[in-house]
Amino acid sequence: METTVVKSNFKSEEYFINMGPQHPATHGVLRLLLTIDGEIIKKIEPDLGYIHRSIEKMCERDSYQQIVHLTDRMDYLSSHINNEAVCLTVENALQLELPDRVKVVRTILSELTRIASHCLWWGVMGMDVGALTTYFYGFRDREMINDIFEETCGARLTMNYNIPGGLMFDIHPNFVKRTKEFIAHFKTKLPEYDTLLTGNVIFQKRMKGVGILSKEDAISFGASGPVGRGSGYSCDVRKHHPYSAYDKVTFNEALKPDGDSFARYQVRIQEMWESMNIIEQLIDNIPEGDVQVATNAVIKLPKGEFYQKVETARGELGVYIISTGTKNPYRVKFRSPGFSNLSLLNHIAVGGKIGDLVASMATLDLVIPDIDR
Amino acid sequence: MSYFSDIYKGIKTLLTGMSVTGKYFLTSRKGAITQQYPDNRATLKMFERFRGEVVMPHDENNEHQCTGCQKCELACPNGSIEIIWDRAIDETTGKKKKKIDKHVYHLGLCTMCGLCIEACPTDAIVWAQNFENSTYDRTQLTKVLNRPGSKVKAGIED
Repeated sequence: METTVVKSNFKSEEYFINMGPQHPATHGVLRLLLTIDGEIIKKIEPDLGYIHRSIEKMCERDSYQQIVHLTDRMDYLSSHINNEAVCLTVENALQLELPDRVKVVRTILSELTRIASHCLWWGVMGMDVGALTTYFYGFRDREMINDIFEETCGARLTMNYNIPGGLMFDIHPNFVKRTKEFIAHFKTKLPEYDTLLTGNVIFQKRMKGVGILSKEDAISFGASGPVGRGSGYSCDVRKHHPYSAYDKVTFNEALKPDGDSFARYQVRIQEMWESMNIIEQLIDNIPEGDVQVATNAVIKLPKGEFYQKVETARGELGVYIISTGTKNPYRVKFRSPGFSNLSLLNHIAVGGKIGDLVASMATLDLVIPDIDR
Repeated sequence: MSYFSDIYKGIKTLLTGMSVTGKYFLTSRKGAITQQYPDNRATLKMFERFRGEVVMPHDENNEHQCTGCQKCELACPNGSIEIIWDRAIDETTGKKKKKIDKHVYHLGLCTMCGLCIEACPTDAIVWAQNFENSTYDRTQLTKVLNRPGSKVKAGIED
């Protein structure tokens, strides 16, 4: 192909623009300082801290039961899984043996959370690349899951249904029926997602070959969740370090080797199928039994350091607690998936256009309160 | 050549996608997707576990079940509950006994975590399903849960 070199007297100059903190495509209060040359991105500097609430410091003030509800407010789209992570850490430290019912219910709720989160992601990602209909369809299906949560847990987003030692109360009698209804409903709707968006050539042109992340880079940046798996990096915590009832179910880890935005998209669509598969294996035989193990009213962890990681909808969430044997933790550290996934944005979007940056960011699925905490 | 085939494929897949939206356009009835919230207030029923705000139920004799043990105040992560208590002489035993003067609930601070209701040994406080809590003045969000002149139900011990 011939290239024409236009000789011009105009001088090309780099300049800065702010993307955010109130930009709709950043999905929250994230400020990106872009160095651009025309339409080409030269450098991206994320500026964090707009929604920093010092949750880790507040955890040092609170008792172990009270920490749980703060984690709702980190990654609010997978709040149940965050709660589970803290509870599992405390339970492991106390060496509690949980009843099977607790494990199974937690797993079902976690997978429902994952579907709800991916539904919302699918909706807003479509909107980012210019397809408004996806937003309404994604939210329509997420609404059914929110109803399930509202009936069983009492809240739609910040559930706080887990407590150290089990669940706050038993599941609602309608829970099984509603979940089965949702699975039957969603099995007919998920193929529609593919018809509407996945097969669309305009959409594929926005996604394929955009924001390429190699497997080596995914590992070195600490990418996890669908971002890592879209680059062919097998990093599913549910598979490699099973917790709750994940060792009892069979499921495939969604892996795509391409590493571009479309691969990350396909991984998330595949994960929704796998989540439905997991729920179907568990929903029919939830074991009977208690939903709580008795703990002391004031929980004191033994002296030491405790770590537990779980797979949220965004990737690997690690909870690290240092205890000195008192009723409050000495230090709590959350290893959040959003932070490390944001760190690779500069790597994958430099050299591309601004429009491609929006598409890359949409498939990273950033939740800003998770990054800032 | 690929330019024209791309346009052709683009239009074709666009129409495939529009078959989905067209189906909903023709078949969905009114209210199939949208919740008609402010218009359906009369019939709207929340789930019984929905966390709207904390209330203290009173029976017909203006008696509640709160003994003033302050377990909810301790369980609350952000100081939404303040119990102002006093000691009163129990009529049956003649001994001094703790009783609540005011059970103050700051709705504006509450994160609806539910730990206070879990901690309550006598089920004195429960969730109400009322969720329309907006006010013009934030002082209205500070509520006293026990009614004036109310007293604890006989036989309630924590």
